[in-house]
Amino acid sequence: MDVRRETARRERRDKLMRFLTNWQGMTGLVLVILFIASAVFAPWIAPYDPNAMNIPARMSPPGWDHFAGTDQLGRDTFSRILHGGRIALMIAAIGVSASLVIGLALGMVAGYGPRWLDNLLLMIFDAVRSFPTIILALATVALTGPSLGVVLAIVIITTIPSYARVARTATLALRNTEFILAERALGASTLRIMWHHVMPNVMGPLLILAAMEVPVVVTIEAGLSFLGLGVRPPQASWGTILNEGYLVIRDAPWMVVAGGIPLILTTLGFTFLGEALRDIFDPRMGRGR
Amino acid sequence: MLSYLAKRLTLSLIVVALVLMLLFSMLHMIPGNPAILALGTRATPEAIAEYSARMRLDEPVAIQFLIFVGNAFQGDLGTDVFSGRPVTQVIGERVGFSMALIFSGMGWAILLGIPLGCLAAVRPNSWIDRITGVFSVGTIAIPSFLVSIWAILIFAIQLGWLPAIGAGEPGDIGDQLSHLILPAFAIGLGWVGYLARMVRASMLEVLSEPYIRSARAFGLSPRKVTGYALQVAILPTITVIGMGFGGLISAAVFAEIIFARPGVGKMIFDAVSDRNFPILQGGVLLATGFYILVVLLSDLLIAWFDPRVRQSL
Repeated sequence: MDVRRETARRERRDKLMRFLTNWQGMTGLVLVILFIASAVFAPWIAPYDPNAMNIPARMSPPGWDHFAGTDQLGRDTFSRILHGGRIALMIAAIGVSASLVIGLALGMVAGYGPRWLDNLLLMIFDAVRSFPTIILALATVALTGPSLGVVLAIVIITTIPSYARVARTATLALRNTEFILAERALGASTLRIMWHHVMPNVMGPLLILAAMEVPVVVTIEAGLSFLGLGVRPPQASWGTILNEGYLVIRDAPWMVVAGGIPLILTTLGFTFLGEALRDIFDPRMGRGR
Repeated sequence: MLSYLAKRLTLSLIVVALVLMLLFSMLHMIPGNPAILALGTRATPEAIAEYSARMRLDEPVAIQFLIFVGNAFQGDLGTDVFSGRPVTQVIGERVGFSMALIFSGMGWAILLGIPLGCLAAVRPNSWIDRITGVFSVGTIAIPSFLVSIWAILIFAIQLGWLPAIGAGEPGDIGDQLSHLILPAFAIGLGWVGYLARMVRASMLEVLSEPYIRSARAFGLSPRKVTGYALQVAILPTITVIGMGFGGLISAAVFAEIIFARPGVGKMIFDAVSDRNFPILQGGVLLATGFYILVVLLSDLLIAWFDPRVRQSL
């Protein structure tokens, strides 16, 4: 018994060491922490109020007063980027966790439930995925008008199928294993089996997938806000900064340059982190990608 | 193959039906008279009465839905609220711009990405492998709409090499091509890296299989061995390309808006701000229909190459 516990501990330490020595994983972790910290502490870091207009200093190029220049209303682009990160973080946190939970539940139901339910759910996932994201977003906004809530709904609906599929495949594989059969023979209820035995085994790959989905979600928000379908002005978001910069791209190119960099860093960070975690904890998942 | 074909087609048809249902309920979910929504607020009472009679708005919703589907299959998607022209005609004028963009974007990505991935897999850890690796990660991390904006900034504004907006003079092929380069570059760039990565990973896997080792032991030329391996390694890539068309359509919508290219994506976007519902419906139907078709074709292609897939459905 003690030997086994010792082995498990050593294996855990081994995995941690492998993560700490993986330069991709560490770069990713640093970028992710940077993203979260800059968003959380934005009000204290930002040198200016993101919505404070300073007309005499409008469209001034990057310099000591304004690291990333100012926009057509004289607002400090750097402060707006920091505050825009809050929107990105909020959408990512709510969107990813909501679709993770719903996707997990639906995937387990599809994998463990009767065949017809499985087929029905698969069909619904397929139908959702046959809308290119932006087309679905445009159609929805046409009905509801632009708002952050719509962006959140689009993000959740379009990302549920990928979690559900992973959860379903993992559940199907577990379904006929000996220990689940044994649980059932002992009279455990379906709910208990799902909650205590299936979910912990399905959770790992799902969390890695969630790390990889964060940049997707952040990009959807930025893209929709860029088109004016998401966050409404004067609220700062990476998408609205890019949109305002795009309109004055000839006179103030620093806005689209500075507005794009955090998007790239966030994507790189979460992708590196996700891939490193995947390589260490679930080497099978990366095959064929 | 035949039973797989039947099953796969049924699945696609069901999805198409679901999409049609969603589109139909769009007009009926929002409060207000569907006739006014479809005709615009400036419609005369006579026009509204005529439209209500033609669409049988007094009938039960289920029958209205069937009429909607019937009309859609006959190519009648309603009329443009503003110009009064048939939606199909409006779409017909624009679809060429979108198709040219999507296929040229995907085309250059395939032509560059697959050979790059192959080279990287055949010579692992060489300089070409490293460059491909860095290039892949770098390009995948930049969202396509950002590539579009930055491409305008660099190549159109700073360097002045290529035109920034529009689709070129009608009839002037050279001008139209020069307007196509930047948007096609923008939507394809991420795909070059993605495809190279995919092909590299699946090539490395196939190259380590025993039958490749046997082929090498029999003295086949490296070129021939690579060819054999690629035939197998390309399969997952076909699926990815098929599924990826959804992302490509989204990227094309952004590119059309940013480059002010008069394609279907720009049309849908304008229809949203104009509240031009028939155009919106037609555009969404076309975009999703096209995507469903591409995914279907890529699935059938895979089933054609790989007999194991046929049994799994």
